[in-house]
Amino acid sequence: MDSGLIYAGIAVLILIVAIVAVVAGVLLRRRGAPVIEQRPVAAPAAQVPAAQVPDAGLPGILEVEIPDPAAGRLHRLRSRLARSNNAIGKGLLALLSAGEPTDSTWDEVEETLLTADLGVGPTQELIARLRTRVKVEGGTTPEHIKKMLREELLNLVDPTMDRNIVMNADGRPAVILVVGVNGTGKTTTTGKLARLLIADGQTVVLGAADTFRAAAADQLQTWGDRVGAAVVRGLEGGDPAAVAFDAVRTGADSQADTVVIDTAGRLHTKTGLMDELGKVKRVVEKQSPVDEVLLVLDATTGQNGLAQARVFREVVAITGIALTKLDGTARGGIVVAVQRELGVPVKLVGLGEGPDDLALFDPLEFVEALVGDL
Amino acid sequence: MFANLADRLAATIKGLRGKGRLSEADVEATVREIRTALLEADVALPVVREFTAVVKERALAAAASGALNPAQQIIKIVHEELIAILGGETRNLVFAKNPPTVILLAGLQGAGKTTLAGKLALQLKGEGHTPLLVAADLQRPNAVDQLRIISEQAGVAIFAPEPGNGVGDPIRVTREARVYAEQKLHDVVIVDTAGRLAIDAELMEQLRAVRDAARPDETLLVVDAMIGQDAVRTAEEFAEGVGFDAVVLTKLDGDARGGAALSIVSVTKRPIMFASVGEKLTDFEVFHPDRMASRILDMGDMLTLIEQAERVFDAEQTERMARKVSAGEDFTLDDFLEQMQSLKKMGSIGKIMGMLPGMGEMKAQLDQVDDREMDRVAAIIQSMTPAERQEPKILNGSRRSRIARGSGSSVNEVNGLIERFSQAQKMMKQMGKGGMPGIPGMPGMPGLPGLGGGKKSKGKMAKAIKPAKGKSRSGNPAKRADQEAGIFTPTAVPADLDISALPPELKKLLG
Repeated sequence: MDSGLIYAGIAVLILIVAIVAVVAGVLLRRRGAPVIEQRPVAAPAAQVPAAQVPDAGLPGILEVEIPDPAAGRLHRLRSRLARSNNAIGKGLLALLSAGEPTDSTWDEVEETLLTADLGVGPTQELIARLRTRVKVEGGTTPEHIKKMLREELLNLVDPTMDRNIVMNADGRPAVILVVGVNGTGKTTTTGKLARLLIADGQTVVLGAADTFRAAAADQLQTWGDRVGAAVVRGLEGGDPAAVAFDAVRTGADSQADTVVIDTAGRLHTKTGLMDELGKVKRVVEKQSPVDEVLLVLDATTGQNGLAQARVFREVVAITGIALTKLDGTARGGIVVAVQRELGVPVKLVGLGEGPDDLALFDPLEFVEALVGDL
Repeated sequence: MFANLADRLAATIKGLRGKGRLSEADVEATVREIRTALLEADVALPVVREFTAVVKERALAAAASGALNPAQQIIKIVHEELIAILGGETRNLVFAKNPPTVILLAGLQGAGKTTLAGKLALQLKGEGHTPLLVAADLQRPNAVDQLRIISEQAGVAIFAPEPGNGVGDPIRVTREARVYAEQKLHDVVIVDTAGRLAIDAELMEQLRAVRDAARPDETLLVVDAMIGQDAVRTAEEFAEGVGFDAVVLTKLDGDARGGAALSIVSVTKRPIMFASVGEKLTDFEVFHPDRMASRILDMGDMLTLIEQAERVFDAEQTERMARKVSAGEDFTLDDFLEQMQSLKKMGSIGKIMGMLPGMGEMKAQLDQVDDREMDRVAAIIQSMTPAERQEPKILNGSRRSRIARGSGSSVNEVNGLIERFSQAQKMMKQMGKGGMPGIPGMPGMPGLPGLGGGKKSKGKMAKAIKPAKGKSRSGNPAKRADQEAGIFTPTAVPADLDISALPPELKKLLG
């Protein structure tokens, strides 16, 4: 009967197993031996012809908006988070100030933290610390608990990390690469980041290296036109590395301060696409170092965020995280895990749908927004 | 950190092995592990609580009955319960009696509505419908353009009277779309709406208005498989706000465990209808509850593995290999290289191996596997002449040193590769010759000990291979049979396959 297909399945598996055995054997033998340096990829013979550079005059034709200044943007987050009745801090505070905490109180605290996508590990750790502190310090006045909570939450988001976005590179434009899985808001973040930089008095060139998704370049063009940033784009389906390269060159030629490159969304499990991303970065680096690689993470993402960050860090060495769609969800607890496990700080937060709803992340402000008004 | 449920339970129950049966406290401990596993898979907390209560009850009953092998028993219970919830009520699209059937897509930003609209349209077109895509997402910059391009790719009609980018009224577009479809005799209308946050009352109101204008026969909620604890609230808000009939899970081709699926089904009692599994418009399938259950529990997912393999290994190549194997022919280095390149497309070795059941214990080692090693192996093989690849026996010292130089490796590495390859070759041959008897022992596998440790890994391999039979048998026989029928001479029927020796979940799969 269907023994044929049984055999097909087995054959495939055997192949897999055989290949793994051979490859893994080589690997294990290798361990301890000096790591062979990776050879640099040969430079492309012809310098990336795929991209077209629009004339610099284009943005001038359209009406250019003046974005809000960068400072104090996060301040607005406070009201947004406060409005959301799911705020972590609020829930915790309410629980803890309800008198002597019992086991069931702690269970509820745990629940609140888990619901914020904090993950099982960090949650248990935070609870252990809070429990110890409540026991040692004994105080259960709301002020005391608020202080304790603020300290521990702050501890959790780690204020000591460097969260500055590289904006000035000496003599050349700073290069920012925006990466992430599909649908997290990379293009939107790129556009908003351009506004943020322009509000800061910088000149910005945008690189539409998302040549895959339908109309992604148009979407970025729309953003660029609004604030007067030149957009370098390629052909749909073209080589994203070429577009990125051209964007950086255009940036250098026009003496822009910053070049922000939008890349296509890719699931971190797609090896081929991740290789492509690695190439984009390598090709850009032929011309200029990449100063900042921002991973765009959706605040609603669950524990998979960690897997994403890990793979992206391996491939393009992410230097920061832009947490988007934070408005109203008050979750995004996954970034705590990402920060702790991988040491990659959150640098930007997206607060809403408005064009200026992207802010530099400030741990103090953030925690204040969580605990503050109570 | 990412240990799967089976491993967790095994570890918890290890200490209790001697007892042979579970006390209430033991069940308590295992249920706690199940809870953690589900939370790590992003199942929403209230759902976890409800779910574990049911499992606990059943586990206690099982414990009382003195079942053997309690860990397996409990996993089986969990798995069954998951399937019961996920697959409780699967169904297909319901078409309206009087066309057009209107399908409304709703969801959060970035869930993948626009892309899904295209996929759905293509699918329906393949079924003989004449779908019409309606661009009612006038919010996101250039969403209309995106849908237009997608409609071209899918070869379906589009109704997009407004340019988008904040211009135009989605309600009017939707209303006109209905009329347009009736005039042009489109029997299905797919309305792509703007993504929105569930809490945004204003946009929710607008979506309601769009819904009223569209009078949809099916409202589908599009949900990203990577969503975390927010899933339940999102689903609830949408259920309250506009109501939806079924769920579509997108980005299932990633490695998210997709606990959200369980949360949503369990809270809203709406079935999951489709799953979207890739970037191409054809990467769209009906939802499989049993696979989702395995995935949430991070149990090996052989079916998905085989399917993935099918996708990347082209049919002709697989057929040729299979014939070679069954004919007992030599498996050459060329074949090996070819297969390895295909394998690479499936993702990292660690991940692939992780999908084989029973590999959990080796996870730590699997994580160590460096995929670049494949490139090095490929470099070594590519440095050989065609003759050498056909007949590695001719490799003498000078050839080997030439190959080492050519591939930037050392003679030692070349030797190692050849040695392991010849073992693999032997194994393949045995397979083809004797059918099954060769497999359980896998005499040719001493290359593996480094990976998992001698005996153990042999056992694992054997186990890993057996389920392929059961599962592939129950998979999609029609399709496979069409593909493979007549190619394989069924010389060796796997006679020594002792079902009773298999762990229960495999037994179940084998029927």
